[in-house]
Amino acid sequence: MNDMSADGYVTEDGRKIGGTLMEMKNITLRFGGVKAITDISFDIREGEIRAIIGPNGAGKSSMLNVISGFYVPQEGEVWYKGARRPQMKPYEVAQQGIARTFQNIALFEGMTVLDNVMTGRLNKMKTGLLSQAIWKGKAEREEVENREKVEKIIDFLEIQAIRKTPVARLPYGLKKRVELARALAAEPSILLLDEPMAGMNVEEKEDMSRFILDVNDEFGTTICLIEHDMGVVMDLSDRVVVMDYGKKIGDGTPDEVRSNQAVIDAYLGVSHD
Amino acid sequence: MAQSSQPAQPTGGLSSIPALLQRNAEKFSNKAAYREKEFGIWQHWTWAETEKEIEALALGFINLGVNEGDFIAIIGRNRPYFYWAMVAAQSVGAIPVPLYQDASAEEMAYVLDHCGARFVVCEDQEQVDKVIDIQDDLHQFEHMIYVDPRGLRKYDHHQLHRFVDIQEQGRAAYYEFIEDLKERREKLTYDSTCVMLYTSGTTGKPKGVVLSNRNIVESAKNASTFDNLNEKDEILAYLPMGWVGDFIFSVGQAYWTGFCTNCPESADTMMTDLREIGPTYYFAPPRVFETQLTSVMIRMEDAGKMKKWMFDKAMGLAKRVGPAILDGKPVGLIDRLKYKLGDIFIYGPLKNTLGFSRVRVGYTAGEAIGPEIFEFYRSLGINLKQLYGQTEATVFITVQPDGEVRADTVGVPAPDVEIKIEDNGEIFYRSPGTFVEYYKNPESTASTKDPEGWVATGDAGFFEPESGHLRIIDRAKDVGKMSGGEMFAPKYVENKLKFYPDILEAVLFGNGKDKCMAFINIDLTAVGNWAERNNIAYSSYQELAQHPRVLDTIQSHVEVVNESVAQDAMLSGCQVHRFVILHKELDADDGEMTRTRKVRRVVVEEKFKDIIEALYDGSSEVSTVTEVTYEDGRKGSISATLQIRDAKVQPAQTQKVAAE
Repeated sequence: MNDMSADGYVTEDGRKIGGTLMEMKNITLRFGGVKAITDISFDIREGEIRAIIGPNGAGKSSMLNVISGFYVPQEGEVWYKGARRPQMKPYEVAQQGIARTFQNIALFEGMTVLDNVMTGRLNKMKTGLLSQAIWKGKAEREEVENREKVEKIIDFLEIQAIRKTPVARLPYGLKKRVELARALAAEPSILLLDEPMAGMNVEEKEDMSRFILDVNDEFGTTICLIEHDMGVVMDLSDRVVVMDYGKKIGDGTPDEVRSNQAVIDAYLGVSHD
Repeated sequence: MAQSSQPAQPTGGLSSIPALLQRNAEKFSNKAAYREKEFGIWQHWTWAETEKEIEALALGFINLGVNEGDFIAIIGRNRPYFYWAMVAAQSVGAIPVPLYQDASAEEMAYVLDHCGARFVVCEDQEQVDKVIDIQDDLHQFEHMIYVDPRGLRKYDHHQLHRFVDIQEQGRAAYYEFIEDLKERREKLTYDSTCVMLYTSGTTGKPKGVVLSNRNIVESAKNASTFDNLNEKDEILAYLPMGWVGDFIFSVGQAYWTGFCTNCPESADTMMTDLREIGPTYYFAPPRVFETQLTSVMIRMEDAGKMKKWMFDKAMGLAKRVGPAILDGKPVGLIDRLKYKLGDIFIYGPLKNTLGFSRVRVGYTAGEAIGPEIFEFYRSLGINLKQLYGQTEATVFITVQPDGEVRADTVGVPAPDVEIKIEDNGEIFYRSPGTFVEYYKNPESTASTKDPEGWVATGDAGFFEPESGHLRIIDRAKDVGKMSGGEMFAPKYVENKLKFYPDILEAVLFGNGKDKCMAFINIDLTAVGNWAERNNIAYSSYQELAQHPRVLDTIQSHVEVVNESVAQDAMLSGCQVHRFVILHKELDADDGEMTRTRKVRRVVVEEKFKDIIEALYDGSSEVSTVTEVTYEDGRKGSISATLQIRDAKVQPAQTQKVAAE
């Protein structure tokens, strides 16, 4: 297989994978008496597509919420860009360059696609409310700059035709794409995708896979995704973490994971005693 | 006459597209030549900038080793880069071959193999993949050039180049090759090949039509003079680049008059872009006008009572006096005032929504347009006209002059075009636009073009004695006789059927038979909208198509058409006795239509043999399995049970009663 040295390696298809960008160390998350995540550790390397898989209720979304700062684990540490991340609010995490999409689409339904994607740039805008309201000089320049970035993303994801369409009028598959656009607008270092392909038909899934690969390839964005469709996961990702009942039961390349007995058991269903 | 219409060299040495480019770069240096919407903004290039871009690309071509006489295939949607590539190819003495970008890999492989292109300029990963697939079989491409780098970074770049890189290399090698380029450019004459276009052809393999600079420049000049086009005009380039019409409008006429070619942002944004640009010169096949009318009608169905009332009232008036006002015919003062009022409240805003506010000259061609559709646009005050032409004629055979526009004729011979009609009704023409030859196909060339330069169109028609306008009946080979001896002209009936927004496509059978039968394709947009309003649930196209109420509606349309067909003594035998609504849309990917969306009758007849049999043997339903091709080339099949309906037919009008 690939030589995964600490400094990174080059994949078979020629992508450069760097060193560790984020590391989860012995994370445990409890909701009252319920343990959602038990002592999980794994890392995300720069430039890779990292998948988290597992049966329903395995704790995947909770894990993603820990990464995005929405949940604070009772035990364990999150290391990001070589430093331990202190406890912070989700918006502070976003400012650090971590963007996400949601399992159940969370867009502003009444706003146009363009406005929705522009909200993704909010963290990059510096001017205050007053100067934005007057919209002269700096505020205007700032909007133009940000709009340009947003237009590049609109072009990239091929949603020009719905630029001015209110999100509520779009079909599901396109909404998912708009959500991806909004996340990309923040120019994240890590992009967290919570079931980007849930509820899509085969064609939409193929499109979405293409876009995920292109984002990774074109912008070098590190991607961490949760997905149920095993075919998609195995095709897309460089490395896979497998969770079951809040525990990590496997970690490695798609091939390694596929031949892991614990993983097979979890998916085929072995009685737990 | 024929001699004077074919000058050896035109005045001023403007004998090629590159020569016209040089002139425009001086004469209109700061005027926009191209616009393209990208990143939400209309970007533009002036003629002077365009000249520099094309020069850089031409130098890059020489640097890559393009020789005079090479073929360069162009595959992409309408973007300035591809127009530049065509002119750059001409500048270095090569021949551009624009292809239909949505063609399947098989169709593309045939064409690329036939012309032996050594170079390909294409748009993005999708086309690069297609070309690489073809290359695996043909091994003929030396270099492939792409515009959009997305997803292509990791590809082997030994033979693959980015468009801007080729231009960059060209600029770097300026002093090395500029003399060579000038020399090659000066060698171009009126007789050098300007472009090669493949005709889709409703039968057989595509043929490469070779058009010379004379063909293109003379045709562009004549047509521009005919309609007073000038450098201030604007067009929207959205029709397939592989089609002769796009070449003559977006290259021929654009370079001759110096007007601006606007390229849409993407295929999906065409309607928005059309509204933003508001072209003054507009061209569309009937299909586009039909789709637009359908969408207007659907939206009016959904509109409030007040709006609907106003719309109906205003359209009633427009239908009565609009075309007359447009033609400058006398109309009463009151009606004129009412029409003005309608223009403020209805026609003006409607034209604006459709993007037709500024259209000075609009054309439709390629197929006959339904008279009602045609009248709708004209009644709004849009100067929509018809022309009749084909690739082999460099488009123009006949055109309708302003003020003499009618739905049922195609106009008078275009400037410098001679027309004769043979005894069997087939139309022949001779003009400066008459093509040079079919590439590598002397037999077809000889059978189409006689030594005196007359070309057979394959269409049957006649000149109307009173107006001198040409009227097309049908494809000469489609016109037949029914077993009872009545004339069979399918297009006539199909067009009547297709006028209904619910009906997307119709195919009539009956040649040599005693009765006519029809296939119908429903229009999913229109019928789907109707189903929604009437709370009719359906899960697929197939299910909707076979819904009893849909069948009822279509049956009523067919019966109305029968009544109107019965009025025509000559064609009353063509009434539809039985019909079936097909379970799939006829599609170019399945070979049932050409890329310009003309039905391939023979293919349809062969493919749906079982259904036709059932239509004739009197059964009330038929089960069938049909192979379909998906967009990515995979094949599948759909099976369906189709209802067959009988339609009421009218007794033929007897000539004796109708006479005088």
